[in-house]
Amino acid sequence: MADRKVDEETGVETTGHSWDGIEELNNPLPRWWLWTLYLTIIWGIGYTIAYPAWPMVSGATAGVMGWSTRENVANDIAAHDGQNANLVAALLEADMAALPENADLNRYAVARGGAVFRAQCSQCHGSGAAGAVGYPNLLDDDWLWGGEMEQIVYSVTHGIRNETDPDAHWSQMPAFGDIFTREETTATVEYLVSLASPEFDATLAEEGAVLFLDNCAACHGDAAMGDRAIGAPNLADAIWLYGGDRDTLAYSIENARFGVMPAWGQRLSDEDVRAVSAYVHALGGGE
Amino acid sequence: MAHEPAPSLYAAQEPVFPRKVKGFYRTFKWWIMAVTLGIYYLTPWIRWDRGPNLPDQAVLVDMTNRRFYFFWIEIWSHEFYFVAGLLIMAGLGLFLFTSALGRVWCGYTCPQTVWTDLFILVERWIEGDRNARVRLWNGKWSARKWRLRITKWTVWLVIAMATGGAWVFYFADAPTLFRDIFTLSAHPAAYVTIAILTLTTFVFGGFMREQVCIYMCPWPRIQAAMMDPDTITVAYRDWRGEPRGKKRDASTGDCIDCMACVNVCPMGIDIRDGQQMECITCALCIDACDDVMERIGKPRGLIDYLALSDEEAERAGAQPRPLWQHVLRLRTIIYTAMWAAIGLGLVYALFIRSDIELTVSPVRNPTFVLQSDGSIRNIYVVRLRNKLGDDRQFHLSLTSDDILRIELEGSNRELAIEVPANETILQRVYVTARPQDAAASRNSTPLRLWVEDLDSGDKASWDTIFNGRESQ
Repeated sequence: MADRKVDEETGVETTGHSWDGIEELNNPLPRWWLWTLYLTIIWGIGYTIAYPAWPMVSGATAGVMGWSTRENVANDIAAHDGQNANLVAALLEADMAALPENADLNRYAVARGGAVFRAQCSQCHGSGAAGAVGYPNLLDDDWLWGGEMEQIVYSVTHGIRNETDPDAHWSQMPAFGDIFTREETTATVEYLVSLASPEFDATLAEEGAVLFLDNCAACHGDAAMGDRAIGAPNLADAIWLYGGDRDTLAYSIENARFGVMPAWGQRLSDEDVRAVSAYVHALGGGE
Repeated sequence: MAHEPAPSLYAAQEPVFPRKVKGFYRTFKWWIMAVTLGIYYLTPWIRWDRGPNLPDQAVLVDMTNRRFYFFWIEIWSHEFYFVAGLLIMAGLGLFLFTSALGRVWCGYTCPQTVWTDLFILVERWIEGDRNARVRLWNGKWSARKWRLRITKWTVWLVIAMATGGAWVFYFADAPTLFRDIFTLSAHPAAYVTIAILTLTTFVFGGFMREQVCIYMCPWPRIQAAMMDPDTITVAYRDWRGEPRGKKRDASTGDCIDCMACVNVCPMGIDIRDGQQMECITCALCIDACDDVMERIGKPRGLIDYLALSDEEAERAGAQPRPLWQHVLRLRTIIYTAMWAAIGLGLVYALFIRSDIELTVSPVRNPTFVLQSDGSIRNIYVVRLRNKLGDDRQFHLSLTSDDILRIELEGSNRELAIEVPANETILQRVYVTARPQDAAASRNSTPLRLWVEDLDSGDKASWDTIFNGRESQ
């Protein structure tokens, strides 16, 4: 500080900074302000000792207060679980078929089930539960294994075609590529098309109807309405799991397609299985 | 080479000992203090009957239920724009008053000014007026000094605690909380809030005073942009007062350099130096100077509320322009118009507010659902808010130019939704078009959903669209 400059006009010392001849006056800060700054520095040092602060190679210093956000979160979750304990107990005891009539419990179950669904089910069934090719849409009124609450709980618990659960839903259509000739497949497809669409080849469809009665009706029914007891899809409605055009139908008949689902009873708690079933039931198709 | 000491990094606080003063502005300020403090301390205790299920406190910020009650007005958290509007009005009001009358907010109504004024009053009662206080300050720490200081600090602390205490009453039922505070059963947040506000009131009002205005508050630095030569502000008529002097002849002006204006100043400045950032325009120097002028037989108003644009005319001996000409100018008119427009908008919004709040969010994942019979279904989530204190039964219906059917999720076939008092219900609603109907195949079909309170006949509606097969 050899060159102390003083501004002539005001008599105040300058900092020596000059911009286009405009010089900065050194009007110092008040003492209390400075002390506040020093206090915050001291506070800061104390803080880094008391609380987790300094990054180390793995993790950080723990701090002498033993404060941990993870622990806080765990406590918060436990506190919430504690608050919901009555609802969970009621859900576990509830007669699932009558759940929708119990508005408060149903609201809890649907909200909880929504969270389970988005975490566990949305990968295949979609975040909006609208499904995809090969993965059923859960919003509509078409069910492979039944849309009543108890049936949904069963499907979710035991899964579909799941070898790890002996009670899983199980059915398997033969691949008709080995049984039918190409012409027979084409005729059967034409019969299926005739069930929904006005545009079809009548002679071919008649031929297909005979083939259908002989080969398919045992599972899909005489009127092709399907059978939920064995998961045979309804072929007479507007909904196709894999697609309803002729090429897709021929492929399905020749190769026999089916889907699988994990047995969620093995992976989720009972209350979560019940909750997610309540959620699916409340999506619009519940029976 | 000789080293001179480095420039000091701090400036010590200069103690200020404002002298007692009497006059028009001082009296006016006492009244303002009484009214503002009265409003602050008493408001939480006003009761307002809202029925059995709602709090009966006239002004209440209910954090738990996210409501704000103000007499007959109830604001929910999603209506926070009312608060935003009030804050904008407060901002514009500040602009208006500053451009018209300078820092009247700072000088009369700012809590820092009001509480500092109160603390100085206490100080004067206990330690005496300016001269006694200066002597006490400079004197040794005798038993008497300790006694006076401790008495003063105790009274300050009681005022500070009452200030912090009153604040928390705005956030909970005041009588209940009052009892809980003294039985040590109130929520820790209440105690922490009281402690913080007690500390800030005690320190800001008792010790930091003008330091808060000069170093902590941004407003003194913004005010320059708000003021112009027509702004009425506290100033010294130097053309009348200078040159100062004790001699009473033609060689001196009216100012006798008695320092009365400096001695009463709570900011510790000399108004005769002209407008300065520290001045909060509390007008106490006007009272002090007028008193002196009267005693020496000179006209009042050596220090006065005046506009700088009048200076030239006054120097030439003319009268200043009347007050209304300074206040009524384009700038203040624009501020007033904006302020009033927002105010009217808020009042309008308040009156058109419905007791039923209906929002409909169409489910767009997926855009529609194909049912097994080929019909098309759209899903809507209806959010119904009952803003009254009683349970209400609502009936849902639909109007559209096309044939559409409406159903509710659940076993309810009567299209009735029960919404408990003060609650919000989410209800899934299904709208279906049969395969042969136009709405099923079209891209989109407009429709209107209605809710009706069956008891009162109140209705609300929401326009949305129905997506057909073409929308894919």
